Amino acid sequence: MLAVLDVTVRFSETSALDAVSFSVADGEVLAVLGPSGSGKTTLLRAVAGLQPLDSGRITWDGGDLSGVPTHRRNFGLMFQDFALFPHLDVAGNVAFGLRMQGVPPKERRRTTTEALERVELPGFENRTIATLSGGEAQRVALARALAPGPRMLLLDEPLGSLDRALRERLSVELRTLLERLQITALYVTHDQTEAFTLADRVAVLNRGSILQIGTAEGVWSQPASETVARFLGLRNLLPGSIEGSWAATAIGAVPAPRGANDGPARLIVRPEAFSIDDRGTIEGVVRSRLFRGTDYLVEIEAGGTVIEALLRRAPEPGSKVRLAVEPGGVSALAAPAVAGGANVSSGPAPPPEPRAG
Amino acid sequence: MDDDSGAVRRSPWATAALAAIPLSFLGAFFIWPVASILVTGLFPGGSFDAAPFREVLTDSNLLGVAWFTLWQAAVSTVLTLVVALPGAYVFARFEFPGKRLLRAAATVPFVLPTVVVGTAFLALVGNNGLLGVRLDGTIWAILAAHVFFNYAVVLRTVGGLWSHLDPALEDAARSLGASRWRAFTRVTLPLLRPAIAAAASIVFLFTFTSFGVILILGGPGLATLEVEIYRQAKQLLDLPVAAVLALIQMLGVTAILTTYSRHQERSAVEQHLRPAAEVATRPRTRGQRVLVTGVLTSMALLLGGPIAVLVERSLHGEAGYGFGFYRALGQGSRTGARIVDPLRAVGNSASFALVATGIALLVGLCAAAVIARRRGQLSRWFDTLLMLPLGTSAVTIGFGFLVALDAPIDLRAAWILIPLAHALVAVPFVVRAVVPVMRSVRQRLREAAAVLGAAPHRVWREVDLPLVARATAVGAGFAFAVSLGEFGATSLIARPASSQTVPLAIYRFLGQPGTLNFGRAMAMSVILMAVTATSVFLIERFRTPGPGAF
Repeated sequence: MLAVLDVTVRFSETSALDAVSFSVADGEVLAVLGPSGSGKTTLLRAVAGLQPLDSGRITWDGGDLSGVPTHRRNFGLMFQDFALFPHLDVAGNVAFGLRMQGVPPKERRRTTTEALERVELPGFENRTIATLSGGEAQRVALARALAPGPRMLLLDEPLGSLDRALRERLSVELRTLLERLQITALYVTHDQTEAFTLADRVAVLNRGSILQIGTAEGVWSQPASETVARFLGLRNLLPGSIEGSWAATAIGAVPAPRGANDGPARLIVRPEAFSIDDRGTIEGVVRSRLFRGTDYLVEIEAGGTVIEALLRRAPEPGSKVRLAVEPGGVSALAAPAVAGGANVSSGPAPPPEPRAG
Repeated sequence: MDDDSGAVRRSPWATAALAAIPLSFLGAFFIWPVASILVTGLFPGGSFDAAPFREVLTDSNLLGVAWFTLWQAAVSTVLTLVVALPGAYVFARFEFPGKRLLRAAATVPFVLPTVVVGTAFLALVGNNGLLGVRLDGTIWAILAAHVFFNYAVVLRTVGGLWSHLDPALEDAARSLGASRWRAFTRVTLPLLRPAIAAAASIVFLFTFTSFGVILILGGPGLATLEVEIYRQAKQLLDLPVAAVLALIQMLGVTAILTTYSRHQERSAVEQHLRPAAEVATRPRTRGQRVLVTGVLTSMALLLGGPIAVLVERSLHGEAGYGFGFYRALGQGSRTGARIVDPLRAVGNSASFALVATGIALLVGLCAAAVIARRRGQLSRWFDTLLMLPLGTSAVTIGFGFLVALDAPIDLRAAWILIPLAHALVAVPFVVRAVVPVMRSVRQRLREAAAVLGAAPHRVWREVDLPLVARATAVGAGFAFAVSLGEFGATSLIARPASSQTVPLAIYRFLGQPGTLNFGRAMAMSVILMAVTATSVFLIERFRTPGPGAF
């Protein structure tokens, strides 16, 4: 089990990581989700031993890693830009870690072949790095990280540099692979879909602090704070007052979240929860609409507040609409104290995301 | 983020250990010899004594040497600029077949050993020379040889910038009413000034410390400070006077370098450079074709002529053309008191060059690793320190070795001093070749290796070394060529016969009477030229980046 305890890293006076604590259980995949500059790459580098800590500890199964240099940690790290060795071929890259461990050549070749088959690149041994496509390079990088049998896998936006279609396909493949290997993994990304697809648990990191940590579904349905909600793309944040199964807000009455107590609350209404309905409780005027292929992103002004809705069909801007909200689409912001061990201190302005090389 | 962060960062101790090798090398073989020259010149009897200084400053002969050194360098520099600027223009602005090859060929004279250059001009205008006019012993032969030797400096430095200068700037000046000439003098020339100043400084430095060419072509009458230091130290055995002359020369060199770097800082203009391919066009008008043809023809005559004549003379025996002189190199040639053994010289040169290359690689790679890893003041300071031997003249280095290292080292081991002196001059070439590539090795790759279990020394061996191997080969080629052609330092350090090198043997042959000896000098020069030119062409080949990430 990996434990990160009160880890702080400073870059010239500003904190890249500010007293960050969490743990990753054996076989668990934890995604660290954060915007660029949030400190997530620094966190990964700290765990890998590439970034010295200013304070705090990182332990593995209770043993302190502070005196253990990177090359003795046996953590596999997959870089965002893959960092494949240009002077070695695919086999040379994949076998690199095994060679460092002193594995004899015959076994090395066998393991390399296996690793390439596992990432569905059989027969790629003698290809040069320059001839690989983006997706192939990503798989080679994964095979290289996995081949030496690391006790944990660290992934730094491994799909970040790929185009969208490939990214979606590979994230599913990666999830399947991680599940099959039962490997402990720490996955860093700014893409929420990727985080939710891949991870058992998600930690939201902003300005060097963890704002919320919990299961993928938990974080998505119960954002701990406005910042988390905004980062997840939830912009319909409405102060309101809950009374029974309904809540009164500026735009009108919306269904109350399940199990919520009566009284004042800050509510989040998901954009996809709206539908055009003549019997709906909300009356508004269409301000703008953006065709997105499967649906429209529509801005609607209701009760002096502008909300975002995802609608199948959208009236012309300026026309009046009546909207209904489905009951499951509303959640209340949790109070900071009950946010699953989240740390809601707001640190100083974040430094630029470190990008060596 | 800082480039050298994280676990791959070398500890200060590792850096110190790496820096220790180049530092102790420089300390023992550069700083200590130079300090010894200082002591020999200023404290000849153990205490401060101004007598050698007074002797030099009141000797009208020596003052004449200093004056000659200065003005011949100035005239050589101006002449080289005047002759080579049209070439730089043609290479920058026009596209013509064989341009790449011609540019490489034009560089050959610059890398030729000075002894070979001197010999080539003897073949042209010396006794028994092809032109039949005797100009050796006159300033004309020296100036011609200096222009021949330094043409490539102007062609590469000025032409390099010129080929990236946006032609639209000159067009803009023309459209604003400037004549062709005014557009050139008011726009192009000011923009080229940094490159012209750089080229002029380098040419001035080289001709100010010219040795081999002057020793061979200057005859008994003409001498630079460099030649005079050699004469005083080696022939007249007046070490204090030689030391004072060396100090004066070092002051001169320092003044040139300081002026140059000051000027460079002040005149640096940010400008938008264009890819060379976009700037050069095929000559279109008749005038342009005449210009290109004329410049290329005169280049071929100026640069190719002496080389061709050298080859011709080496084949032109008393009984017609043949390889007589080359065959004579293999025969015993113990004529008179002076012993010249060509085969032994070739063997010596080859082994010295190998040892010098080895030393230069060891020192240069350690130094490059330190410079590439550390940025900031300390790294720059270290870089400058390593460049110093290049600015110090070869004879001064040899002289320093003579006064500082002769006594403490066993005479039987004294041969090692020669490759050490060569390595001193070669180290900057290795550093220059390797540092940019080392800096370009991405930190990510080192981190990737560390994560995969490579300890720091292993990271260096598995990632840095293979990636810089090509640049190291280039550095090694330069070191080898430098060592093969080195003459100034060797002429002071080498004992007769036992540690004679090819350039020394050529000089000895030239100093001996008879057509056969002259022919042998020509033949050896041709061989040395062929070997040096080959290594330079190999370097150029290695330089072209192969397929891959960079």
